[in-house]
Amino acid sequence: MTATIAPAPTSDQSVESRVQWRRMLRVGAVVGLVMMFVSANGMAATFNGRLIIYPILSLGYLVLYAIPFVGGTQFTKREELEGVETAPPSVTDAVNAALAGLLGGLILGLFAWFVDAVPGVRTIFPSMSPEMVDVLTFGLGVGPALVLLPLISAAMGALAGGLSLLSKTTNKALRAGALTVVSFALFQVVVDDFFDFLPAVPDFLYTRSALTIVAAIILFALGAAGSIYLPGRMPSIGDRLGSSDAEVRRRTSLWMAAIIAVAIIILPQFLGGILNELLINVGFFALMALGLNVVIGYAGLLDLGYVAFFAVGAYTTGVLTSPISPTINPMLTWWQAFPIVLVLAALAGLLVGTPVLRMRGDYLAIVTLGFGEIVRILLLSDWLAPYFGGAQGVRNIPGIPVFGTEINVTTPHLMIYAVVFFVALAAFISWRLEHSRIGRSWAAMREDEDVAEAVGVDTVKAKLTAFITGAVIASFAGALFAAKVGSVFTNSFKILVSIVILVIVIVGGMGNIVGVLVGALVLIGILGGPNQPGLLQEFGQYKLLIYGALLVYMMLQRPEGLVPSKRRQQELHQEEFLQDAWLDKHGRFVEDHDHSPQRPGPSAAEPGRGRES
Amino acid sequence: MPILETRKLNKTFGGVQAIQSVDFGIDEGEIVSIIGPNGAGKTSFFNVVSGMFPPDGGQVIFDGLNIGGHTPSQITAAGIARTFQNVRLFPNLTVLENVMVGQHCRTESGVFSSIIRTPKQKREEVMIEEKAKDILGFFGTRLVGYRFDQPAFALSYANRRRLEIARAMATEPRVLLLDEPTAGMNPKETVELTELIGRLRSERGFTIVMIEHDMKVVQGVSDRVVVLDHGTQIAAGTYDEVSTNEDVIEAYLGRPAESRAQSE
Repeated sequence: MTATIAPAPTSDQSVESRVQWRRMLRVGAVVGLVMMFVSANGMAATFNGRLIIYPILSLGYLVLYAIPFVGGTQFTKREELEGVETAPPSVTDAVNAALAGLLGGLILGLFAWFVDAVPGVRTIFPSMSPEMVDVLTFGLGVGPALVLLPLISAAMGALAGGLSLLSKTTNKALRAGALTVVSFALFQVVVDDFFDFLPAVPDFLYTRSALTIVAAIILFALGAAGSIYLPGRMPSIGDRLGSSDAEVRRRTSLWMAAIIAVAIIILPQFLGGILNELLINVGFFALMALGLNVVIGYAGLLDLGYVAFFAVGAYTTGVLTSPISPTINPMLTWWQAFPIVLVLAALAGLLVGTPVLRMRGDYLAIVTLGFGEIVRILLLSDWLAPYFGGAQGVRNIPGIPVFGTEINVTTPHLMIYAVVFFVALAAFISWRLEHSRIGRSWAAMREDEDVAEAVGVDTVKAKLTAFITGAVIASFAGALFAAKVGSVFTNSFKILVSIVILVIVIVGGMGNIVGVLVGALVLIGILGGPNQPGLLQEFGQYKLLIYGALLVYMMLQRPEGLVPSKRRQQELHQEEFLQDAWLDKHGRFVEDHDHSPQRPGPSAAEPGRGRES
Repeated sequence: MPILETRKLNKTFGGVQAIQSVDFGIDEGEIVSIIGPNGAGKTSFFNVVSGMFPPDGGQVIFDGLNIGGHTPSQITAAGIARTFQNVRLFPNLTVLENVMVGQHCRTESGVFSSIIRTPKQKREEVMIEEKAKDILGFFGTRLVGYRFDQPAFALSYANRRRLEIARAMATEPRVLLLDEPTAGMNPKETVELTELIGRLRSERGFTIVMIEHDMKVVQGVSDRVVVLDHGTQIAAGTYDEVSTNEDVIEAYLGRPAESRAQSE
């Protein structure tokens, strides 16, 4: 017994304690290639224009040299196997990481030398320009850069490896500090906007949209200190919401709701035009994502042409209210038009839903994709141009009249209330439907359509209900969009919008209302929509690249999304769930027999949580 | 008059005649087993009766009405529920939700009443949950031992079969079609389930059609046995009659070599 176990740790240690050449070469090559890619597509040079800390650090260098850092963290990871002691962090990790960084930097340096030596390459890759070489070589020329670049990225790698030698608390503090600095720098617009009433704060923090060195140091210290002193002192809201005591849960969620409500009422008055505008865009996409969540997340119908319903909502609102609408011109007010819009959207849902009733999975996706484009092309066609204005679109759409004023493009601080109201309404509708007979029939259909039908769920009806509900929610967004922008054109309804909404739902967490809202906030708020700028306007032209990368990353690392629904998490982690359930049972068994509680387990932790109140 | 009856029922898949003019009938309160070698068309028969496949010819008459060609949900609503040979639960729904889904065709709240939560809808939800719990209670400590909020995939194999029966019961059927309810169970569980099938009739009043391979189970609970082979009914009667029938023995074991030589 001992004879078989004893050699294991030593051999394991020997693996960890020497330079892992193969692994180092692999990570180093990947680091080098990614750095090359980021430079070759122009990101490094473009982002270099945005400073994080004036004048020493730009976003371009931050992104570029984050790569060897991330590569370096690979060496500090340990595969945890049951029964085998994992090796402690060691200096060798840092050496490994530094060597990988060195190799990566060398590749980047050679790349810079290549671009510099072969100017013709620019005709094929426009971003491989002298400016890029300048950025990469810090303007020092290729020779010194060939030495400097490997050294810097080796240092970044060594930093990543070395951090694991420090204590967990120190690591956490450093991370929090760095995160604080970077977020304050990136979200300068928000801070600037928020402190409108106290301009001294942003004036102190920023010069030329970047943090000053002093401000960066202070923010870093604050962030680091916060990460050490705050946790434990603040009762964790998450704990309280997950508490087994229903009363605690209810009270906490009431408090949360009250705080959020007050914030929503007050905040738009504080925020400047840019931020309100941004939040309105987030709201539109959140609305559409909530609607698509009903179709995909609840009913499991992959609809790739969802933007069509948004278009129906926007165009019908436009045609019904605009005084210069070409043929149909009833000149209704927004409120009069709204019920008609809803009915027409429901009809559109029925119209799209009926022909695809018999399709599943991939086929459904392709056909709905086609439908989405058909709607856009029809609206653009000569045939319907007399009604919908063709390429000219519908213009002069009035705003939403409320209490004598009109909410329109000039009043973003009022528009936001309308958007928030409808997002809340859509969230409420989805939530109520999810926890009802209809929601159960959707869930059953998503799990197994044939069986759902066999246990008495009319799947035809259930599918159409899902399509119609989704269409109506999208038409909320359409109607608001028309009133907000004042004009609708077909290029707001491109296929890309459908895909972005789908990405929001997937990244946020399919089947979870909070997840979808978080997804919209993160993706649209920070990166921006297909036609809408986000907070990080520098990312503008790389938006889709980042969307794609994010989607791939999420699918690999966290397929259940940022805020997963319980059901989907179970589905994707069935084995782990079963294991936990088994351990849970096992833990309880130990407790019952009053043995030493070797494994406290969730069952033991729960009463403790309850007591916190 | 039989509660469920098929007349000259036919079903073909491509060139395969899965069911050939089967005349089958079951009276209210009976338990009838359908047996036959693999590929005899037993499950196809269930699929046609429950509406998963439309019949190619003949009629399925339930309670005096021809239900052939209706959708499965309509047939379930009419009062025929089924289980599946290879247990098909909704794995990520909880135990309770699986049963609650069964109540779908017996309840009626729509989109609007669900959003507004009308008093009627609330009462209905409470009723659905109570009924589901009551049905799960029928299985005694077997299913109650589990927490109802566990996902269905966490159940043991035998309990999945029980849960599937519970889900079928929740549709409040008059006829239950059980497709190999004891497949894959150990002898003890098989005995338990045999007893349970008896209770399904005596306590809940279901009429039961059951496909079964385990002859002890067949002998234990069925009033009559119907034997299918190559899509046709080759024998019917009590267990004792059927088990001594030469055609049945031939279908399962083949003909003795000398008799084949004689006939050729």
